[in-house]
Parts: sequence; C-alpha cells; structure tokens
Amino acid sequence: MIELKKVHKTFNRGKANQVDAINGVDLNVNEKEFLVIVGSNGSGKTTLLNLVAGSVLPSSGSIHIDENEVTKLPDYRRSQWIARVFQNPLSGTAPDLSILDNFRLAAIRTKAKGLSVGVDDQFKKLVKEKIASLGMGLENKTEQPMGTLSGGQRQALTLLMSVMDSCKLLLLDEPTAALDPRSAELVMKTADKLIKDFELTAILVTHNLKDAFHYGNRIILMAEGKIVKDLDEVQKTAIKQNDLFAWFG
Amino acid sequence: MDFYLTALLQGLCFSAIALGIYISMKIFNIPDITTDGSYTLGGVVTAKLLMHGQPVYMILPTVILAGALAGALTGLIHTKLKINALLAGILVMTALYSVNLTLMGRSNIPLNSISTLFSLINIAADPNHNTFWILLVFVAVVTLIIGYLLKTDFGIAMRATGNSESMIRSLGVNTDRMKITGLALANALTALSGFLITQFQGFADINMGIGIVIVGLGSVIIAETLINWLRITSVWLSLVLVLSGAVIFQLVLAITLSIGVDANLLKLVTAVFVLLIVSLPRLSFKSSL
Repeated sequence: MIELKKVHKTFNRGKANQVDAINGVDLNVNEKEFLVIVGSNGSGKTTLLNLVAGSVLPSSGSIHIDENEVTKLPDYRRSQWIARVFQNPLSGTAPDLSILDNFRLAAIRTKAKGLSVGVDDQFKKLVKEKIASLGMGLENKTEQPMGTLSGGQRQALTLLMSVMDSCKLLLLDEPTAALDPRSAELVMKTADKLIKDFELTAILVTHNLKDAFHYGNRIILMAEGKIVKDLDEVQKTAIKQNDLFAWFG
Repeated sequence: MDFYLTALLQGLCFSAIALGIYISMKIFNIPDITTDGSYTLGGVVTAKLLMHGQPVYMILPTVILAGALAGALTGLIHTKLKINALLAGILVMTALYSVNLTLMGRSNIPLNSISTLFSLINIAADPNHNTFWILLVFVAVVTLIIGYLLKTDFGIAMRATGNSESMIRSLGVNTDRMKITGLALANALTALSGFLITQFQGFADINMGIGIVIVGLGSVIIAETLINWLRITSVWLSLVLVLSGAVIFQLVLAITLSIGVDANLLKLVTAVFVLLIVSLPRLSFKSSL
C-alpha cells in the first residue's frame, strides 16, 4: 500500500540550523494495516507522516502509494488516496464554514470542485444520518459554523469527514493531543471503529503510550530520523504496556 | 434630494468594488491593493473603447477580462514568487499606472455626447431615475452570480481556502490556483466599478483610482460590523449587506459635504470615517466590561 525507499529529509541544508529530520527510512505498510508510530519529540515521526501526506517533499528517496510513484506529488494531489486528521482541531476543519459545507468539501475530496450546488436536501439528510451515528447530539447543528464546536467534537467530525469520500489511507497526527481525556478516548474509539468498519489502512502518530498499546496492529519506534524498533501484529500483542514505557527509559 | 440620489447611484456603482474587496479581504484574507490600478484600468478600457464606437456588450467582457488579468498577475506574484500579498498588489498597481496612461494617451478622456450603458435603455423619463434602474438591475445580476458562485462546490472550496488552508489542501484543492482565481475575480469586479463610474460621471481620469481601495474597504467594514452585530451566517444576506455598505458609505460622504465640509478634506473625512467604523465596536465593547 505505502512504500518508502531510502527516504531522507533535510531542512535548511547547508545552514547552521540544518536538521536531518529523516535519515534513510525504508518502510512498507500493507493494506488494512493500522500502524502506530511512537518516538520522542524531534525523532521525525511527524515529518514521516508529512512525507506520506505530501505536505513535505523528500530530499532523496522515493515514495509509492498503491503502486503509484508519488515522490514529487504535492499534498492536494495525494488527497485521492489520503484523508488526514491533524493534531490541531482547527487545521482539519474550516471554522467559519457551516458543518454542512465542511462535509460537502470532504465528500468531494477525490473529485473536482465544480460550479454546481452540491448541498441539496438529499446531502443534508445524509450528513445528518452520519453525524447522528456518532451519538454526540450534533445532528441538529449542521447549519452552525464549525468554529462553534469544541475541539473534541471537531476532531470526531473530522474523522467522520474522512470517510465521506473513498479513502484508502487515513493519517492521524496526534489527533488527541489537544483534547481532554474523555474527548480523547471518544475520538480514538471513533477512529478505531471507522478504521475497522471501512477496512482502512491507517497510520497513527502518538505520544500517548496507552493509545499506542491499545490500538493498531503494528508499532514502530523512531529515534533521530530512523526506525529503531518495528513490531508486527504478533509481537505487538505479545508485549506489555510497561515494555513500551521502557522504550523511552 | 438629487444630491442624495447621486450618492445612491455612486454607491451602486461602487458596490462591485465592495464585492471585490469582500472576496479578496474577507473570503481569501488577502489585503489586495491592486484595486486602485484595476479600477482605473476598468475605467480606461471603457472610455477608450466607447470613443472607438464599440458597443457596450463588447466593452463589458473586455473590462472583466482586463481586471481579471491584473488580479491574476498579483495572485501569480504572491503565490508563485512567494511575495507578500500587500507588496505584490502595490507592484501591480504601480505598473498599471503606466499601462493606463499608455492606453489613454493623455490623462483624461471625456465622454461627451457618446452613448453609454445608461443611455442604452430608457425606462424612466428622468435620466437619474433611468440610471438608477439600470444600475439596480446590473448590480442585482452581478450579486446573483457571485452569490450563486459562493454556494457551489467551487465557492465552498474558495471560502475554505481563506479559512483553513491546511484543511482544504488535504481535501484536494490547489490553494495557489484558488488564490489566483480569487484575486482575478475580485479585480474583475473592481474593474466593473470602473466601467460603471466612467459611464456615470462621463469621463475617465488617470487619477480616478487613487485611494479607491478605501471605498471598498469602508463598505466591507460597514457590512462586517452589521454582519457580526446581527450574527448573520447566510451568504446571500452578507452580500446584500456589502452592497448596503457601499451605499451607506457614499451617503455618509454626501452628508458630510452637505453640512459644509470643505471638499478638499473629503479624503481625510473618509479615512476618519473608516477608522470610526473599525474602532467603534471595540470601543463600545471595552466600556461595557
């Protein structure tokens, strides 16, 4: 599904503040795999995610998604495969637009944004049904601006938006970092359910080792721009939560 | 009374510029100063083509195209060369001054006894009333087109571009191209105001655009104050308020003149008036704390 070969990413090359964020990463993510990436700050996990998403382009190496070479493809052209949830709830939604308009854009993520009005009664009904499935009582607020919702509500809706259009790969960049424990749990449960229901391939970057332990069927540890540990499903189920904490010891 | 009617007519002429500034400033969050140049460009193209006996239905698309080109140029400089939007606009505006002067060949083109948009159709006997109805229909059509556009999928993507760039990129929109299109649209509207004003006042002048951006800005700020105050979320109502903003702005200037303020001080009064509208909501908010 995703294939990274000898990927390097250097910021500010040749300057005093040069940073080698990614140092030769080889990574294969299979279809329907739910990969969790952990690592301390500056280990390169967010850069790795951005390289897959296309918002950062690699200095060298190659990236393939679904057997298509996407190394130089910008983020807005990789949206045909990828849906994203950002760390900041503000980044994944447009606050001044209504919930409906946000969902409309998500529903045509892989398509052209044309000159026809797409928010019709049928679409409104569809969005209401989808939102009702979250059980957060937001289904009657679809005309409200997205900005009037709390961070947790917005993250949950962003997750839902990602499956409004065909989605092969879901990227979750510390989706719960800005949330309170209860909202965080709700968002992670929603994500897990959607990933299972829609059989998505997913990558989760997280600092929360409890989440890293509970969710996903593969885990990698990053340090100094390299993958230093890589546990598959069998190995991941075998380890204990304390082993994860020991990685950061 | 005629005095205020003229102000109303001017307000209608300026409503296109107000819509343009609304798009660049409120929707895209880009302070676009190209306005001064593209407004004059619209006027100059209109006057020049009218003098050459071109029909209005030919002039209108030419003006729109000219304005759109100017805006697209600012957009290209801003997005592709990564130059600050304000500077990009100033550069294009400065360059347009020479372009406009070259097109005109002199600094002023009078349109005496040349038939214009306003003498094309006769609905009312009084020429001012006639102009009013033509302007009203014209502005209504422009507003309907813009309003519809903002409701379409493309329009939603446009609104999201100025609101949350990371989100809209992850949803498959090339934000650079969207900004260039948006600035082209905004300046096409600005040029439309030049087209209307030139025919309304009966001449085009190389200096007609100086400080015109403040007219659009003032109109939009009046509208924004009303939008926030009345908590309006509807696109249509917002557009209608932007139009009202343009008319209110001209009426306030007319009142200022009618109470005997020196016409030389008009720009100063304009600036102070805009400052007042911007600061009033904040001042009253503070005192209520």
